[in-house]
Amino acid sequence: MSKPTDLVQGTLDLLILKVIGLEPMHGWAIAQRIRLMSGDVLQVGQGALYPSLHKLEQNGWITAEWAISDNNRKAKYYTLTKAGRKALELETGQWERLSEAITQVVRAV
Amino acid sequence: MRHWTKFQLRLRSLFSRTAVENELDEELRYHVERQIDEDIARGMSPREARDPALREFGGYQQKKEECRDMRGLNFMENLLRDIAFAIRQLRKNLVFSCTAIFMLALGICASVAIFVFVDAALLKPLPYKNPSQLIGVFETGGNCPHCPLSYPDYLDWKKDNKSFTSLDVFSHAGFTVTTRAGAVPARGARVSDGFFKTLGVHPILGRDFYTGEDLPSAPRSAVLAYATWQRRFGGKTGILGQTVVLNGDPYTVIGVLPPEFHFEPAEPSEFWVSFHATNECDLRRSCHFLDGVGRLKTGVSFATAVADVKLIASHLEAEYPGSNKEQGATLVPLTDLIVGNVRPILLVLLGGAGLLLMIATVNVSSLLLVRSESRRREISVRAALGAGRTRLMRQFMAEGLVLVALGSVLGLAGASKLIRLLTALIPADLLAAVPFLNDLSLNAAACVFAGVIVLLSAVLFSVTPALRISLSGIAMGMAEGGRGSAGITWRSLGSKLVVLELATAVVLLVGAGLLGRSLALLLRVDLGLQPDHLATLYLTAPDARYGKDPQSIALERDVVRLMQNIPGVSSVALTTDIPVTHWGDTTWFRIIGRPWHGEHNDTPERDVSSEYFRTLGATLAKGRNFTEDDDKTKPEVVIVNQALANLYFPGQNPIGQHISGLSDPPKPIEIIGVVANIKEGPLDTASQPVLYFPFNQRPSDGFYVLVKTQQVEAELLPAMTSAVRQFDPDIVTIQQLSMADRIDQSQSAWIHRSSAWMVGGFAGMALLLSVIGLYGVIAYSVSQRTREIGIRMALGAQRESVHRLVLREAGVLTTFGIAIGLACSLAVAKLLRDLLFGVQAWDVPTLATVTIVLAIAALVAGYVPARRAAGVNPVEALRTE
Repeated sequence: MSKPTDLVQGTLDLLILKVIGLEPMHGWAIAQRIRLMSGDVLQVGQGALYPSLHKLEQNGWITAEWAISDNNRKAKYYTLTKAGRKALELETGQWERLSEAITQVVRAV
Repeated sequence: MRHWTKFQLRLRSLFSRTAVENELDEELRYHVERQIDEDIARGMSPREARDPALREFGGYQQKKEECRDMRGLNFMENLLRDIAFAIRQLRKNLVFSCTAIFMLALGICASVAIFVFVDAALLKPLPYKNPSQLIGVFETGGNCPHCPLSYPDYLDWKKDNKSFTSLDVFSHAGFTVTTRAGAVPARGARVSDGFFKTLGVHPILGRDFYTGEDLPSAPRSAVLAYATWQRRFGGKTGILGQTVVLNGDPYTVIGVLPPEFHFEPAEPSEFWVSFHATNECDLRRSCHFLDGVGRLKTGVSFATAVADVKLIASHLEAEYPGSNKEQGATLVPLTDLIVGNVRPILLVLLGGAGLLLMIATVNVSSLLLVRSESRRREISVRAALGAGRTRLMRQFMAEGLVLVALGSVLGLAGASKLIRLLTALIPADLLAAVPFLNDLSLNAAACVFAGVIVLLSAVLFSVTPALRISLSGIAMGMAEGGRGSAGITWRSLGSKLVVLELATAVVLLVGAGLLGRSLALLLRVDLGLQPDHLATLYLTAPDARYGKDPQSIALERDVVRLMQNIPGVSSVALTTDIPVTHWGDTTWFRIIGRPWHGEHNDTPERDVSSEYFRTLGATLAKGRNFTEDDDKTKPEVVIVNQALANLYFPGQNPIGQHISGLSDPPKPIEIIGVVANIKEGPLDTASQPVLYFPFNQRPSDGFYVLVKTQQVEAELLPAMTSAVRQFDPDIVTIQQLSMADRIDQSQSAWIHRSSAWMVGGFAGMALLLSVIGLYGVIAYSVSQRTREIGIRMALGAQRESVHRLVLREAGVLTTFGIAIGLACSLAVAKLLRDLLFGVQAWDVPTLATVTIVLAIAALVAGYVPARRAAGVNPVEALRTE
């Protein structure tokens, strides 16, 4: 099992931005979605998730508002901003270049 | 847009802290509970589901802290908290804080106040166009290095020079202004037509002189100083075209100068009038009274210009040997001419203030070091409880910042007071001559200067204790009684700082000592006269009614009679020039019966009444005094001073010898007496040969009146003035002063006195601060060595030997400080030499006195902690640690 802390620096931010880009959601849902989408490989603990969320909010890439969740409780929902979408595109491009490069190196052997 | 959102978030994090905290709590709790719900839904029992969630809950606070960090909340909050904590810390240790703040304020106050003067005099450009191109132009001759030009010489220089785009002249003038209320005195200057054009100054009202307006054919015109326009004419624009009557001649007002205009060499001047060459002196080539100012052509160097004017002078010397023999030429940059007098004293004061500031900051940082040392345990505890090193350093920086902030606010407030106090201490006459020192305040330049000091000291005070943290292993502070290498490191650093302080104090003390001795010697200079109980004033009568010789002689007799009628007056005398002013007002002479090759023998001349030497208390060494009968009906006579007798009649008796002016054929003047040297010029100048002629043979209608009395002389001055006024309201009287005040307020006395007192003040404070610093180091060292001392005493050491132990430490530091300081002060004293009088840089009594004073002060500073050390109870010392 890979822990988010083992992820390449900044990758968690990319994952969060990508997931929130699908629809506004709260912290717990973000963690669940990442787990599901990665086929249970990536498990994001709250210890890494929330500081990251607050940092992204501070960067102005996501905004937060309180709303009623699917289980009828108040939860903090995060939405991607315009700046966040731009950052997501940039990060995605970078990630693709990086992973491709790594794959090439690894396969070549 | 994004930045605005971010900013809002920051603000919210900072100011709605509880709301943000609650949200954070709620968000995290939601996550935990959702996890539990999910696990239960997957079939776990509620208990089983709770454990992993709760385990994660263990790091809950830590998560929150990380989130806070991410929000940038901690930085701001910590800063505010640090400052609040710093203020609490400083309040807890009030003696330390007040000492530190006071010392800092003292240093800032002194240096900023002096800087304001330096800025006004030396840094601010002069209020002329391209002032660096302006050059003062002088002749040289005899013992006069910067002689004025004569008008015919000026015209030739103006015509023949190749170095100046323009060359103009000015001359002091005393005016009697005719007003409805009677005659009033005013100072002014006669200037050639291009004077203001050369300076690049334009009137704010009206016009400048036109070319040729200074010729006798043109009507007389005057430009007003701004202050004159405001004060005498109410600032009305209608003044243009009006007539003012100066010395009986009508002048048309044509312009008003800008308020910031000043021209020190001619100040104080209220009326700038066009030069009209009319009187005998104006037209005579040997009558020197005009100072020149020229603007260098671009591309012409100063040296080229000097060579140029020297060439002109030599041509004139060849052409007019009678008047121009030995007349050379010299140039001085105008800036030097204007601020040259005050530059040395200002630089010395700035240096003194700078050294004081240095001692103050060094002292404060060493105090901070001592404090950080005594807070080692506290720091260690806080480090153990999780405070990071940067966090601890930030705490110390906050304390440094608070100290500097308070110190600089106090210091600046003090500086603005000090500026006003110092300006008030400058005698009015001197201040009028240096108008740029008037109305000074904390300006932008001073604020920048203060800002730099504050910034540097803030950095110093934050870094010193922070350095201390990184020097010592933080954990070591926890060790019981731990005083490892860190204590030693601090002690050697602290000792070095104290040696530096002591050395600086020595430099300042030596400087003050030398200046003080200069002042004492200056005030004890042999004046050749008794300045006590002498009241003096200057009077000038209108030429129309008193200009002819018999009229002037009648005036003299009337004035003497008027003065003698005032009760308490014992004798009255007149002179054309009063002692302790200048060696100017010269004449040329030759000695009859000796070969003469046209040399001038340029010598100061004074025309004095018969009672002059008696009233002044001067000593007639040989021959006889003048009498009232020595007038034009009698053969001409002269009294020479001892310096002249020694120079021209060495080993001979000058009495009965004859001198003559340079007229052909010579008209013999008999030397009838030799008077002991009277100090005619500034106190700090050597005596020169002087000729005294009887007033009745060379009468004039402007002269000084001296009155000897048994009473307090100042009380006579109003009576003297009103007696003249009642006699003729058209005669103006100025400079009503006692002779003692005249000497006291003379520029040389004032400059020496103020520099001695100011540097003395700085030195006194430096002594105090450095002794406090020494005390701090020794006291700290004793507190660190309490156990060692306890052991020594337990092993049988006597109290005296403990005494000696501590005093030796103080003694070593003091010896180093004094030795280094003495070496430095020899170099510094060389920089002082412009302000020294009669003492050398290596003046042994001064150096010895400073050494003794500092040694005694250091002994006292060391004795207090030594006593405490010797008073240590060995049992307690060993038990407490």
